[in-house]
Amino acid sequence: MPAYYLEIIVVVLGLTVLMVETFVPLRDKRSLAWLAILGLLGVLVLNFTAVDGSGGDTPFWDFYTADVLALWFKGIALLTTILVILMSVDFSKVLSQGIAPDADADESAKGKQVALGEFFALPIFICAGLMWMASANHLVSIFVALETVTIGFYVMVAFMRRNVGSLEAGVKYLILGALSTGFLVYGFAWLFGVTGSMELPAIAEALNAPDLQTTAALFAFALILIALCFKVGAVPFQLWIPDVYQGAPMPVTAFLSVGSKAAGFVILLRLVEPFMASTVLHDKVTLALVIIAGATIIYGNLAAMPQSNFKRLLAYSSVSHAGFLLMAVASAPTQVVAVSPVAAVAYYLAAYLMMTMLAFLIMNLVRVQRGGENLDDYKGLARTSPFLAFAMLVAMASLAGVPLTAGFVGKFFVFVLALQAGHYYLVGAAVIGAAAGFYYYLKVVKAMYWDAPAEAGEPAAAAITVTWPTRAAIILLLLAIFYFGVNPKCLLSLFS
Amino acid sequence: MTLLEAIIAVPIVAAIAIAFGSPTRPTAVAAAAINLILILFAFGQYDLVHQEGAYQLTASHPIITVPDLANPGAEATLFGLSTGVDGISLVLLLLTGIVTLAAVWVSPAEDQIKGNKRLYYLSSLLISAGALGAFCSTDLFFFFAFHELALIPTFLMIGIFGSGPNRVRVAWKMTIYLGVGSMILLAGLVALFVALGGQSLQFVDMQAWADAPAAIASSSLENGIFLTLLIGFGILVSLFPFHTWAPEAYATAPTPTAMLHAGVLKKFGLYGLIRIAIPMLPNGAAHWQTLVLVLLVGNILYVGYVTIAQKRFDLMLGNSSVMHMGYAFLGIASMTVIGVQGAVLLMFAHGISIALLFALNGHLRKRFGTLEFDRIGGGLGKLLPTLGLLFGFAIMAGIGLPGFANFAAEVMIFFGGFAGLFAQEKDFVLGPVQIATMCAIWGVVISAVYGLRAYRNLFMGPLPDSTKDRKLADLTLAEQLPLILLIVTLLVIGFAPGLLIKYLIPSIENISHLAG
Repeated sequence: MPAYYLEIIVVVLGLTVLMVETFVPLRDKRSLAWLAILGLLGVLVLNFTAVDGSGGDTPFWDFYTADVLALWFKGIALLTTILVILMSVDFSKVLSQGIAPDADADESAKGKQVALGEFFALPIFICAGLMWMASANHLVSIFVALETVTIGFYVMVAFMRRNVGSLEAGVKYLILGALSTGFLVYGFAWLFGVTGSMELPAIAEALNAPDLQTTAALFAFALILIALCFKVGAVPFQLWIPDVYQGAPMPVTAFLSVGSKAAGFVILLRLVEPFMASTVLHDKVTLALVIIAGATIIYGNLAAMPQSNFKRLLAYSSVSHAGFLLMAVASAPTQVVAVSPVAAVAYYLAAYLMMTMLAFLIMNLVRVQRGGENLDDYKGLARTSPFLAFAMLVAMASLAGVPLTAGFVGKFFVFVLALQAGHYYLVGAAVIGAAAGFYYYLKVVKAMYWDAPAEAGEPAAAAITVTWPTRAAIILLLLAIFYFGVNPKCLLSLFS
Repeated sequence: MTLLEAIIAVPIVAAIAIAFGSPTRPTAVAAAAINLILILFAFGQYDLVHQEGAYQLTASHPIITVPDLANPGAEATLFGLSTGVDGISLVLLLLTGIVTLAAVWVSPAEDQIKGNKRLYYLSSLLISAGALGAFCSTDLFFFFAFHELALIPTFLMIGIFGSGPNRVRVAWKMTIYLGVGSMILLAGLVALFVALGGQSLQFVDMQAWADAPAAIASSSLENGIFLTLLIGFGILVSLFPFHTWAPEAYATAPTPTAMLHAGVLKKFGLYGLIRIAIPMLPNGAAHWQTLVLVLLVGNILYVGYVTIAQKRFDLMLGNSSVMHMGYAFLGIASMTVIGVQGAVLLMFAHGISIALLFALNGHLRKRFGTLEFDRIGGGLGKLLPTLGLLFGFAIMAGIGLPGFANFAAEVMIFFGGFAGLFAQEKDFVLGPVQIATMCAIWGVVISAVYGLRAYRNLFMGPLPDSTKDRKLADLTLAEQLPLILLIVTLLVIGFAPGLLIKYLIPSIENISHLAG
């Protein structure tokens, strides 16, 4: 079936969830989440049957592409959304407390489940935006898709309206997000002015033309790069990341961290490609990307080291992973290579999804049942909940890049690409960053395994209960991390 | 599944079984014993007479294939789970098998385990699996990956079960050192892969590419890659001046971890130099030979004097293990066949003897709770005669007394070091290797000083008042058996080093660019 049916189905699913919430009296609104998850799982299955219908002669295909990359990122968006809604189910108790008129009135709030329906519906619309973003190959459709996603996130970040942290995060995200949107549009305007087109294939052609206005083209590139660096959280535009990640509700943080970053990178790949392919601009564009990648790796990893709040730690970690991904983007191949940058980025993001979502699933459980998100709240987790501690250990090992996990293969390919492109200094920065990563990821392991658990009677001493869907998700992610860490073939072969 | 894959799989399967509730100690010991038998079986399968190709008992499961540039239409393996052994890896497998069995057999102090027995045995088995996998792999990806597999278990073991007031600081220091080292190593290995065509991570293909004339475009690139690898491997082997993590880590680690890490895992770096860096980057190796010689003399003399100054037995052992790595580096840096043979034999002999010493160290710690020479005060020979006897064997082996495998290895290394003395017919040449060898021979005196002093301070003399009235149990038979296994191995190889050397000779002669 044509790929664009998928977005339509997802939007209809979102509307259905809203309608059911409005017109069907539900005893427990969490059943809406199961409806959403089942629907998205169905779309995920359909995603495998979608065919590349691009190249038709209707004007629609000027706006939309359904190549391998697009389908791949649609899969990532769907999987992320499913896991986020799953987390939201566990998180709903905390969420209701953050929304209820009187936060202390625990009992009455629990019965009402205020606004829970929207919290399950919004991710579906964001998902539709992310999927469209993966397919956009026209400046207008890129912009519209991006805004669909961003506006959805504005609402979700500030969702816990009685919670000061969540509100602060919402305001920060709104202001900086709007600013970066301004840069993006301005950059698009310049790009249109330089190339006379809004379609990416035509832009690529125009950028290779001999009469290209180099300065103007580079200015357009700079503006676009600034905006996209905001979206993916690259230095020096990463300032919003720690605060917003810390303040947003846990499932939203996970969504931002994986979904938003993946979509940012697919746009980045599509927009950078014509500039990299241009013989005049290639060197300057590469230099800019290399500098940003190096700074992002160094800053993200070093700033993560002193963090004691786990969410903040993962926020800096997400900055550092953006650096590794940019490293791949900056390494256009000069010879026949084992992997292309596109394949490496796609693989890295899939691995990043697995390990980050695994970490967030467990963080979510700890947040809800132990009431905290600091590293101290993880003390002795290996004694009270050995399964969760082991899963978190695997997630951290994979994020740190320990071999035989998916995270290592991603890093390995990035190193191969960067060395093939001859970016030796960048590899040096990556070595420093990756080594620093060992420290802060293992800090979590230390808290779980070395430190004594809390005294009996305290909330932190009780075992954490895990519902079966969450447990199934954790086990599946664990298996995926090991499987793709040893056998990355089935993911990479798509791109060869 | 081939024999080698079974050897890698047994400890992993046993570790998973332990995680899911299999009885801890019996499972671990059984797995280690089965593995040792399998390894001996691999020796039997290895064909010494008809050697075709560099590796035997090979199996390959390609994971990613790329179009072959040389033969259009064909597929070349980019990387895959390839296993195979030659004489060098076979000897190291035997080392791993023996030390693993001894390490899980040595009964730990109960208070060390702190109720988490599963993690204790599971981690030990995973460390062993990592070493076995690294020695069996003939693919760069898995060679690196298996070694790293051991990093997390080691971190957990030292952090949870380590002893001493500084265990947190020490565990961090070691983990950061090893993390930095392995990331530098990764960068170096990937750079090597890219420089050697970027088509295959299989050792055989990379070596074939490296043997082609002018394989690497510029000599500065080759030198740079070799230096990166040297630093990466050097940190893992505790090459001076990157060695400071090792003594403290071994002194703090629980007994099986110290045995496995100092005895087996640390040899990975030397193995990597012999397997990858020297044969694939011969010009780089020649370029940096002098630097290596200077550093290894630092290992032997500087760390040797540091070892003499130690006031605690466990720190003395940790330092001595760093010092002995200097000899292994000397054997490799001599770039002669006999020197490299000696280096591999020393890896084996030192692995066994340091594991033995750390096992004894654990028994002493269990009985005294301290390892400071002054607080123990000597005279233990009367109190613990069996422990004293075994300890004597271990110390003599560590010093390198004839009759122990260590002696054979060190002598071969010195022969290798002096081999170039009459290289030119007219006169004898005192090159950098020979000067370094002469310095290194002083190391023998140094190790005799600290070894014999440790023996005197612990076991000789009258019993001090503090221990006179204490009833201390001597080693039980169950405690003796793993130690005897190690001592017998040292003696057998010491009297008949040919048993192992006949496996080493063809494989090491295969390494090009070594002087005969």
